[in-house]
Amino acid sequence: MSTGSVGWIAADVLIDEVAPAGRAPTRRRRARPRLWRVSILLLAFIYFIGPLVSAFKYSLIQADGSYGFGNYWKIVNSSAILTALATSLEIAGIAAVVVVTLMLPTVVWVRLRRPKLTLLLEGVTLLPIVIPPVVVAAGLEQMQRSAPSWVVSLLFNHALTGLTPFYIVLAMPFTYRALDTGVRAIDLRTLVDASRSLGASWFTTMTRVILPNVQTAVLGAMFLTIALCLGEVVIANLLLYQTFPVEIIQQSLAGTAGIAVALSNLSLVFTFVLLFSLSFVGSRRSGRASRVF
Amino acid sequence: MPFTVYVLVFLGIPLYMVVHGSLTTNGGSFTFDNFKSTFTSPEYKAAFENSLVLALWTSLLGALFGVWLAAAVIAGKPGGMLRRVVSSASGVFAYFAGFPLAFVFIATLGAEGAATVLLRNLGVNLYAGNFRITSILGVGLAYVYFQIPLMVILITPALEGLRPQWQEAAQSLGATKLSYLRHVAIPVLAPSVIGATLILFGNAFSAYATALALAGSTLAIVPAQIDDAINGNVLVGQTNVGLALGVEMILVIVVVMVGYGLVQRRARRWLQ
Repeated sequence: MSTGSVGWIAADVLIDEVAPAGRAPTRRRRARPRLWRVSILLLAFIYFIGPLVSAFKYSLIQADGSYGFGNYWKIVNSSAILTALATSLEIAGIAAVVVVTLMLPTVVWVRLRRPKLTLLLEGVTLLPIVIPPVVVAAGLEQMQRSAPSWVVSLLFNHALTGLTPFYIVLAMPFTYRALDTGVRAIDLRTLVDASRSLGASWFTTMTRVILPNVQTAVLGAMFLTIALCLGEVVIANLLLYQTFPVEIIQQSLAGTAGIAVALSNLSLVFTFVLLFSLSFVGSRRSGRASRVF
Repeated sequence: MPFTVYVLVFLGIPLYMVVHGSLTTNGGSFTFDNFKSTFTSPEYKAAFENSLVLALWTSLLGALFGVWLAAAVIAGKPGGMLRRVVSSASGVFAYFAGFPLAFVFIATLGAEGAATVLLRNLGVNLYAGNFRITSILGVGLAYVYFQIPLMVILITPALEGLRPQWQEAAQSLGATKLSYLRHVAIPVLAPSVIGATLILFGNAFSAYATALALAGSTLAIVPAQIDDAINGNVLVGQTNVGLALGVEMILVIVVVMVGYGLVQRRARRWLQ
């Protein structure tokens, strides 16, 4: 549940910010700085920013005790880390594309033709949240052990094929919510009817009519999937695959905590930029989208 | 639906393997012994206790500070900078459970972390007592880092749903601020707060990535015991007991989610 559940909630937040505001802002009294507000804001600032600053400082301590960017240089020059990073990025890229091709048609189809299935869909996409990641990992380990050899050689021999299908499942709860929010915000039926009556095939309707209209939601879903794949460690670790986060943990167990902290700083910054940039893409698009209607 | 088939294959099969394995002996015949040994073994009992304690205090602390922070932010200007920053930051921080968070905390509260060194220079030695970053308390402090933002995200809509008119109505009927809080705000918000706290609880209970990165599988919480049992780190042949632990974890989360569903229905009565 850890990253998964938070994922769908984060998806909501990101997409809500992006979607045109449905509710008029409520008027409130002009705020005066008061003790109960100032104190919590100060506490939060110290608690949330303090560790980030210390992590940055820690990552600058080099092996010989002096300060510098040595740890960051070692990362760039380490082939083990770069290989692991490449594997994780590949998994993330494939998972992001597959999850959207799988979910978007489903969401559209359910909204258009089978609205009654919405509940079922919500239920199914909640499953990865109810099942803790470590239990999924345990099940996979069992599967690996008792599967016929062609499944093993097809799926489990490489991290790419062994992890991607399952990361896609883990990504579903929030991909579904992100895409559903996006599809709800457009006039789906009119768009589809117009496109179909002009002779477009379902494929064309999907790629050239619906996709551009829910671009922000699709991007959001993909970004969150990428962030999940770059951060998932429980399954990869239990199944002994060398992905980026597993590599970081091994670096720290090997006694090079400085490098591990530097690596996690980099991945923090990367994810932050990824998710933060979405809010800018979103605000630009929503401005354009409102002109379409 | 191809989607349903996909979920059935890639989630259903592993899940089936877990349930099936938990109900069979190492030889392959049917048994309840795996579940029995999870209840009788003192280690597994301790692990469940640790997991529940960890989830409980991090969710309560997260809920308390989360509501407080959200209320402080909402009392500000609706489109203001503070709101923008806190809402984006909450999305990002709530998402950072796992290894980056763990290493950030090692750098802060580890034996040579910045906060540890700072406090030591001020004359407070954190590591003189039982505190370790790998202990339940240390790991919990890291959990709170994602629990508070999650609470802010979950509770902000409910706080925004409190209409100013209700306060005005109460005041014009002669209510003090305190009685408004007691008779209007708290009863209306209670189901939402309880529901969000349940989510936080489930989140902490099933989380493992942060603890794994901080303490390896040495911290005695349930996911770590599953990890150990399956990899045979302590005893060989315990895989199926590990799977039984997994089934029990799912049951706990299901109970939490059902509770969430129930209070959520109640929360919708006033807040839309």
